[in-house]
Amino acid sequence: MRVFYAVVLLAAVLVLNFSLMHLAPGDVADTISQSMGGADQEILDKIRADYGLDKPFLVQLGHYIGRVLQFDLGHSFFFNQPVTQLILQRLPATLLLVISAQILALVLGVVLGVYSARKPNSIANYFVTFFSLFGYSAPVFWTGILLLIAFSLKIPWFPVAGMRDVTISGGFWIQFWDVARHLVLPMITLSSIFIALYSRLSRATMMETLGADYIRTAKAKGLSNRQVIYKHALKNSLSPVITQAGIQFSAMMSGAVLVEAVFSWPGLGTLAFQSIIARDTPTILGILFFSALVVIVGNLLTDLALRLVDPRVGGRK
Amino acid sequence: MSDPLLKVQNLRIELTTRDDVVPVIDDLSFELAAQESISFVGESGCGKSMTALAIMGLLPEKIGRVASGSIIFDGEDLTQASEDRLREIRGNDISMIFQEPMTSLNPVYTVGEQIAEVLRAHQGLGQQAAWTMAEELLDAVRIPNAKRRVSDYPFQMSGGQRQRVMIAMALACKPKILIADEPTTALDVTVQAQIFDLLNDLRRQTGTSIIMITHDMGAVAEMSERMIVMYAGRGAEIGGVDEIIEKPLHPYTQGLIACVPHILATVSAERERLLEVPGIVPSLREFGKDQCLFASRCPVRTDICLQKRPPIETDPSGHSVACWHGKDAS
Ligand SMILES: Nc1ncnc2c1ncn2[C@@H]1O[C@H](COP(=O)(O)OP(=O)(O)OP(=O)(O)O)[C@@H](O)[C@H]1O
Ligand SMILES: [Mg+2]
Repeated sequence: MRVFYAVVLLAAVLVLNFSLMHLAPGDVADTISQSMGGADQEILDKIRADYGLDKPFLVQLGHYIGRVLQFDLGHSFFFNQPVTQLILQRLPATLLLVISAQILALVLGVVLGVYSARKPNSIANYFVTFFSLFGYSAPVFWTGILLLIAFSLKIPWFPVAGMRDVTISGGFWIQFWDVARHLVLPMITLSSIFIALYSRLSRATMMETLGADYIRTAKAKGLSNRQVIYKHALKNSLSPVITQAGIQFSAMMSGAVLVEAVFSWPGLGTLAFQSIIARDTPTILGILFFSALVVIVGNLLTDLALRLVDPRVGGRK
Repeated sequence: MSDPLLKVQNLRIELTTRDDVVPVIDDLSFELAAQESISFVGESGCGKSMTALAIMGLLPEKIGRVASGSIIFDGEDLTQASEDRLREIRGNDISMIFQEPMTSLNPVYTVGEQIAEVLRAHQGLGQQAAWTMAEELLDAVRIPNAKRRVSDYPFQMSGGQRQRVMIAMALACKPKILIADEPTTALDVTVQAQIFDLLNDLRRQTGTSIIMITHDMGAVAEMSERMIVMYAGRGAEIGGVDEIIEKPLHPYTQGLIACVPHILATVSAERERLLEVPGIVPSLREFGKDQCLFASRCPVRTDICLQKRPPIETDPSGHSVACWHGKDAS
């Protein structure tokens, strides 16, 4: 059932994407002719005929969907490469960024949330409140540029651009370390909003859970504080956070576009920028399609995670 | 007579409310012998649960505290014990079951795990041994098909079954004292009777002392040798169950008993909750006053009742009452 919805959703995304792009003024023919320094109507028409751009809307859409089903997203006029190949080159970088930011946000958000739920009047709690308010209201690109300036000018601990250093070569671990160092700033930038969001949410659910009857039972059993909190309370507080993380997954994908631009991270976001400027329709459509795909897979994984923490979800007997 | 298993002396528990500090339990004393069962009765808000939580060392954090008095368990004063020591005792020497079986079990762990966990914490059992023991305990509390049900989650069980799981959990480490805080209030009548039977049988088998908190006079008669009638945080009357039911000295006890017609009849659908004494319990704010707190509802009130708190008088048989007119009744 879930999968069926996912497929319908994906199809809707395809149709919507294509229509939006189609309605936007300017097409590939304009771009190509511009790059040639202008062209007359005859050449424009010929280009349009070559790329099937003169066909009626529905026919173009039909062609598009038919090809997408075979994972053929067309050819990029601008990059002169198959779009699928282009995207698959960039996708890992974006996934790396988004997934590590999501994990960082979840771990840090939950840790901060749990901590401040346990000590509602501590200084640390006020810090969390302040930090989360700050993180929540600061726009991604602002945080990003701030970090960029700080780390490029004042404290050069982390590289501020790109994903790897071309001068570094070596075994897997050397390269791993190189990528990890490059990842730090974009990851922090992207996750800051979400750390704030998850920490507030997990604090609220944790406080509620700590007042539950079964927590009193756990204490009455003589369990240690650690077990009461991390075994009994935490697992019950996770569901809302996981649900929220699933919902926020798409927000994170779109946040990644900005973050990639700020830190020249060679992912889908950068590609999206380049192709929008070039009006490279097939690439833009492909990116949107893949983003939707990633978000849908993210939601299915969320569902799976929910089942893991709460036996009442799904498998009711 | 040897020392009692549990001896509560002049216990005073204060709650910090928004406006001030009030004694939710005021000068309460009672004893519990090994293997004995004692019942607490009294209307809602009289402080029965507070007394139980104080014994467990689980008073609501930052709100409730033991202001004075002592709770001596096996020669050790629990009001002075460290948190670590209390954790050793909880669930092991003294355990507790609660009123709400629907919410008292953790929804995301199997019942087997929740039972096994206590055994691992207190008895040092390994994963496998604790699980096997959990199966046996489920069987002992008469859950059919225990071997299979042990891996069920609480949401797969009925209220009565969940309360049985709670009982299995509470008795897992063979505690010296089991505190049952209204264990059947949330259950329907036939299930109530089954749970009381179960508790009675288990008590006979294990020799655990039981502190039963209830609104149900029938259950008191069935379960306990002695009873404590609480009113507004104070002990109104303490004594043998048969004696009190036959010859209640406190007007409040008389009122409670009068509203349960078939008190000595065996378990029946006609048991009623004790809500029929006219008037209501005074608000927490008035708990500390130096007067008889029942006076406003009392049919035999005189001036002195409003001027001074009645002393506790004990007759040679150990039947005590806190009432200026307690003697008159006899
Ligand atoms: N966490 C709390 N904060 C403030 N007041 C509380 C708290 N818990 C209980 N009280 C108050 O303490 C008083 C005694 O409560 P307690 O739960 O001991 O009553 P009870 O005799 O067990 O009643 P019931 O039969 O309804 O369970 C009540 O007036 C109640 O409002
Ligand atoms: Mg109670």
